[in-house]
Amino acid sequence: MMIRPTSAGAGFLFAGVLLAVSATAALAQGTGSATLDAVAKRGQLVCGVAGSTAGFSLPDSQGVMRGIDADSCRAVAAAALGDAGKIRFVPTTTTNRFTALQSGEVDMLYRSTTWTLGREGNLGGLFASINFYDGTGFLVKKATNVKSVKEMDGATICVQPGTSTELAIADYFRVNNLKFTPILIQDLAEIQNAYLSGRCDAYSTDASALAAFRFQQGDKATDHVLLPEIISKEPLGAMVRKGDDKWFDLVRWTYFATLIAEEYGITSKNVDTFMSSNIPEIRRLLGLEGDMGKALGVDNKWAYNVIKQVGNAGEIWDRNITPMGIPRGINNLWNKGGLQYAPPMR
Amino acid sequence: MSGSTTDPRQIGARRPPSKGMTLSWSDPRLRSIVWQVVIIGAVGMIGWYLVSNTSQNLAARRIATGFDFLGRVAGIPIGESLIPYDPAIHTYGRAMWIGVLNTLKVAVVGIVLATFLGTVIGVARLSKNWLLAKLTATYVEVVRDIPLLLQLLFWYVLLQNLPAPRQAFNPATGVFLSNRGIKVPLLEWDPAYWWMLAAFVLGWIGTIAWSRAAHRRQEATGIRPRVWPVGLGLMIAFPLLVWAALGSPFKPEIPVLRGFNFQGGGTVSPEYGALTLGLVLYTAAYIAEIVRSGILAVPIGQWEAAGALGLRHGTILRQIVLPQSLRVIIPPMTSQYLNLTKNSSLAVAIGYQDVVSIANTTLNQTGQAIEGIALIMVVYLTISLSISLFMNWYNARIALVER
Repeated sequence: MMIRPTSAGAGFLFAGVLLAVSATAALAQGTGSATLDAVAKRGQLVCGVAGSTAGFSLPDSQGVMRGIDADSCRAVAAAALGDAGKIRFVPTTTTNRFTALQSGEVDMLYRSTTWTLGREGNLGGLFASINFYDGTGFLVKKATNVKSVKEMDGATICVQPGTSTELAIADYFRVNNLKFTPILIQDLAEIQNAYLSGRCDAYSTDASALAAFRFQQGDKATDHVLLPEIISKEPLGAMVRKGDDKWFDLVRWTYFATLIAEEYGITSKNVDTFMSSNIPEIRRLLGLEGDMGKALGVDNKWAYNVIKQVGNAGEIWDRNITPMGIPRGINNLWNKGGLQYAPPMR
Repeated sequence: MSGSTTDPRQIGARRPPSKGMTLSWSDPRLRSIVWQVVIIGAVGMIGWYLVSNTSQNLAARRIATGFDFLGRVAGIPIGESLIPYDPAIHTYGRAMWIGVLNTLKVAVVGIVLATFLGTVIGVARLSKNWLLAKLTATYVEVVRDIPLLLQLLFWYVLLQNLPAPRQAFNPATGVFLSNRGIKVPLLEWDPAYWWMLAAFVLGWIGTIAWSRAAHRRQEATGIRPRVWPVGLGLMIAFPLLVWAALGSPFKPEIPVLRGFNFQGGGTVSPEYGALTLGLVLYTAAYIAEIVRSGILAVPIGQWEAAGALGLRHGTILRQIVLPQSLRVIIPPMTSQYLNLTKNSSLAVAIGYQDVVSIANTTLNQTGQAIEGIALIMVVYLTISLSISLFMNWYNARIALVER
């Protein structure tokens, strides 16, 4: 047997041509999105979530994943497959989430992941939506009597490694000429234990997650104080792989559909009454005209399924975040004083 | 063995006659060369395919590649570092280097302590004292049967549940035990200490010289002069005299509670403490068994013969048995040292920033997983090969020299 580089090269070239040909064939039959085709073939959307944060994604007593991230995933499943239940949640940690997305283990991430330039530039991912405008906050014990982050020079702070929080705190303390000692533990339960046991003076992460953590403490919630400073912008949203624009479009417009539905007051309960509406945008949204679904490579009823099965953005918020006592604030619709704004559907 | 016989393998006439290689498949040399070329070629092809396929896919997904990120400013905070580090100015490369040093800090201290503890326990398990033997046997069996990760979490939780800094235990002046770690006073450095150090080195050299002289005296007269009083005087009393002569400077730096934590003094953090403690106790159980097997491997006749010469039990153990058992002990001991070093990567679970922890954070912030994992592999390979090389050298040195 002999292996000559030239013949090997020719073999690979041949294989490459074969692959290219078969890819073109797939393009002709499929939707033009490798991810959407894979999801359709599997009959299931695989969505990476945290699986450990109340209000975002946390299994309930029946083992059903609950939270704003979980429902945002379900909305994509409803849009892609017509059934919000055809979904599998994969819990990921802060340090393995991007690898899970890059390697194709999950189709997308809704994992309280902050949209940053570094992540879009280096990680091979794109942010398709912002389902929560958040910021880094600090939780301290009431007994410490700390009223402001500025009083925390020399403090020990519990943070999860590999997060944008980690970088935000380092920046903030540097700018304010303060020192701190980080305690970095990957496992969420362990880092929270470290804070509760007093190993750290403060626990820092997204303010929403801190509120959720405080809420989980039950009777002891009032022992903990959320400091007034929110030291960074943390827009949390969906992340998809680069190189599949059609899939990106679908994830993005699924989220916009929930916003548009809220603007028009279309909810999961009353969506059927809008089927006779004569407002053009509502008709396009519900798949009555315009072939919007076809443009995205899915059924024209995609947004109807999302609204009917999961609900509009306001319903998703009220179901998951309101019970924790977090006001909607900047997460409200643009015409109600918030930042949530969807481009027109036409 | 007498020198007149020759090893039959050395006789040239027995070698097969050398001849030129023929281009025939029946020539074993040709066959072996062809097969080697084929296998190396196949391995090379697979490697080339993996590398090119990976880099193609990375490029297609626009994931950054290469090691340029090591030169970028890190920005990641690090809690514990042997060298100065500021996330604002230092690079990922320096952060990784801190991780390597932190791993070495655990590995070196862990190996020394585990060897010491393991040897003591191994010897104690062979003791005629029933209670001591049973206690150490129980220790070995219990510790070996519990997964290391659980033990680490146990020690970490235990250290975390010490009181807060304001209510810290204060067992001795300047020593504080709290959930921020163990605080100990440090001496403020004074130039006089350099002279003390020099005096100590001088004393040490003097002791070695005296020990050699004692050896010669023993060979000449059969009487061995005592070495330890001279050593004590040269290595302890002499530096102390120097210190007293220079005005006996003594300024301890006592930790004081200021703000959130103690300032000044030395610290053993709960993370480092729990990791080292867990690794030492766990590995010591294995080392104890290795030491015990090594001692038992020395024939009982050695004990009896030494006893017949009138040597005491302790002397027999130290001078006769342990040196012989080392030959049995060293090879498996090398494995335990390697295990301890690699197990230190469990640090991630309890928040000690070893090389794996920092590399994980780095690869997550930069997105360069393959480079990060490759660096971890290179670091562990280097440390492990160094340990192996040293232990193999030591093993060769103490191996039974057969003549």
